[in-house]
Amino acid sequence: MTMSEGDLAVMELRFVRAAMLESQPPPAGMRGAVGWLRENLLSTPFNITLTILIGLLFAWIVPDLIRFLLIDAVWSGADRDACRELVQNRTVGACWPFVFERWPYFVYGSYPLSERWRVDVFFVMLAIGVVWMLWLHAPRRGLGAIYFFAVVPITAFILLTGWRAIGLEPVDTVLWGGILVTIVVAWVGIVVSLPLGILLALGRRSPMPAVRLFSITFIEFVRGVPLVTVLFMASVMLPLFVPEQYSPDKLLRALVGIALFASAYMAEVVRAGLQAIPKGQFEGAMAVGLGYSQMMRLIILPQALKITIPNIVNTYIGLFKDTTLVFIVGIFDFLHTVEVSRIDPKWASPVTSTTGYAVAAIFYLIFCYAMSRYARATEARLGLSDRR
Amino acid sequence: MSTDLPAGLPPVRVAFYNDPKVRSIAYQVALCVAVGFLIYEAASNAITNLERAHIASGFGFWHNTAGFDISQTLIEYSAQASTYGRAFWVGLLNTLLVAGLGVVFATILGFIIGIARLSKNWLVSKAATGYVETIRNIPLLLQLLFWYNAVLKTLPEMRDSYKIPGGIVLNNRGLFLPNPILGPGFYWVVIAFVAGIAASIVFYIWARKRQEQTGQQAPVFTTAFGLIIGLSILVLIAAGFPLSFGFPQAGRFNISGGMEVLPEFAALLFGLSIYTAAFIAEVVRAGILAVSRGQTEAAYSLGMRPQPTLRLIVVPQAMRVIIPPLTSQYLNLTKNSSLAVAIGYPDLVQVFTGTVLNQTGQAVEVVAITMAVYLTISLATSLLMNIYNSRIALVER
Repeated sequence: MTMSEGDLAVMELRFVRAAMLESQPPPAGMRGAVGWLRENLLSTPFNITLTILIGLLFAWIVPDLIRFLLIDAVWSGADRDACRELVQNRTVGACWPFVFERWPYFVYGSYPLSERWRVDVFFVMLAIGVVWMLWLHAPRRGLGAIYFFAVVPITAFILLTGWRAIGLEPVDTVLWGGILVTIVVAWVGIVVSLPLGILLALGRRSPMPAVRLFSITFIEFVRGVPLVTVLFMASVMLPLFVPEQYSPDKLLRALVGIALFASAYMAEVVRAGLQAIPKGQFEGAMAVGLGYSQMMRLIILPQALKITIPNIVNTYIGLFKDTTLVFIVGIFDFLHTVEVSRIDPKWASPVTSTTGYAVAAIFYLIFCYAMSRYARATEARLGLSDRR
Repeated sequence: MSTDLPAGLPPVRVAFYNDPKVRSIAYQVALCVAVGFLIYEAASNAITNLERAHIASGFGFWHNTAGFDISQTLIEYSAQASTYGRAFWVGLLNTLLVAGLGVVFATILGFIIGIARLSKNWLVSKAATGYVETIRNIPLLLQLLFWYNAVLKTLPEMRDSYKIPGGIVLNNRGLFLPNPILGPGFYWVVIAFVAGIAASIVFYIWARKRQEQTGQQAPVFTTAFGLIIGLSILVLIAAGFPLSFGFPQAGRFNISGGMEVLPEFAALLFGLSIYTAAFIAEVVRAGILAVSRGQTEAAYSLGMRPQPTLRLIVVPQAMRVIIPPLTSQYLNLTKNSSLAVAIGYPDLVQVFTGTVLNQTGQAVEVVAITMAVYLTISLATSLLMNIYNSRIALVER
């Protein structure tokens, strides 16, 4: 084969491709399901070992869990005999009839049967308020805030404690219990801690030494001690500090303890938000002649609270979990009703405890996980608007 | 009041109630009066209430005989001879014991899970995420009750105890471990151990100096390991093995010998470690993610291998971010150990705010002492943290 002079000249120069090559697909082992497996599960011997170990762990736990909760579970029965291996002559999983029978007690505690509709009304009102506040495109959200922070608390108080004048029998808070108490405690904590926390955070950054000292002392004191001791203090010391005739009932004492405790934590969260606001915002507000309260209300707090929302929700998650501690000062919250039912002789069996705890765990898991999802979604949404 | 304005303009008159200084003082006086009034009211009510209930006040009860038993005592204590003050120290030591061990276990577990969440292995990272999300979202109290009532209390009874190889016995009365019995020559081993640590420190300083001067590295970790562990074992053998174990002997109703771990203690330690580990895992993950990728890439481009890169570049920078929140998790663990009261482990709160408060009725003093203890621990830790932070803070140009 002969070459023309021109071809030779080109070869002498260098090899340059005139057109792009079609890109090749990656080797068969690197794509699709196989490639994914190799990349993500089996990349090194160490990884292979880990994958096998975790796989074994799942193979050990998951079938047992499913067997306990569903396959071997007992679904109907009248008392403990339905859930006892010795009586049933088979492996017995979760004892669901216990939960079915006890569910009203888990929800209402010892609230009088004939008055339980009042609790239902409260739940519905609260649910409407929560949806109104969380749903961003809901109509009239300003009205929603008034409803949530003013209408619901007052109505709920009248509804739940009762008022003879309008025909509602008074119900002593000793009878309250279950999810009702959990929600009341969490909700009072949420509603009180935010405004109080903001005040304390502003106080901590105030130029007035007395105000600052008071805020710092309160915040550091409360954050330095366990909630259990705060609750003990509220339940045994609060009655000492007020004249005997005004002695608050047990639930109110715990509510005061929880609300103060949550406020101190909220104050630190809000303070972090305030610190993130550039100094120029403060100076700008002052330069246009705004007073302190106008500056805070119109310029600083809207920005500070906005960036703090995820942390506020996280504090609420902590608060929601902490409501279980009222158990220790003898209030029948959800966990306490489960604990009491678990040792009820009518249902006592080897699986009753585990079933009760499983139900409680699922309840808290759903609520807390939903809140943390909300926090994360908000974070993402706010991040989006900041990035532009 | 007038302000200094350029000459020629009339001085601006501000009503005294609009003067920021006057207002600030007025606010502060109002706050002080309000707080003072509240304290005064509370104190005077407390005095009347206490008098009516015939409850003594003051700290005199500290020296009274306690008269109740405590199930776990690290120091000598007896119901008949010991005072409330002694009971306080027993409770405090029990709190510190469970908190100290909890911190160790939670740190180990938390670091493993935090790193696992960042693993490239899909299964590993998902499993770690599942762990964190589940454990963090279930109240600690519920977890403690579960471990105690649903796991440890359903273990077999004394005569059907599980016997684990190594002389360990497990039943619903607790975990029984062999306890070491030290022979007369054991102090030589202790001396060897301390000497090993001292020699390792000297070697570390020497190796560091040499590396700074010549760039040569020395195997510090291996040498230290050999010096501390190896030397101790050698001396142990040379001294004729002055160490034996007392094994728990299972009887029909009781167990003699060995070391007893109360189920309450085990449940509390287990629950606290598992719960706090989930939070520590998040702290560790955030800390490692905070070291920018450029740092790793720069180290690689200088020719460093992955292992030294991690040890010398990533970890020191991540620690700066990890340590402050890690300490606050340790504090949380210590404070959460007060949940012991729910499962009956005799910690400070259970012994003092529980039993002593019930016996004496002196709520104000007892709660104040308990709170003061936790407050001291918290404030001391924050003080140390502030010192540490100012030492390791980034020096900005």
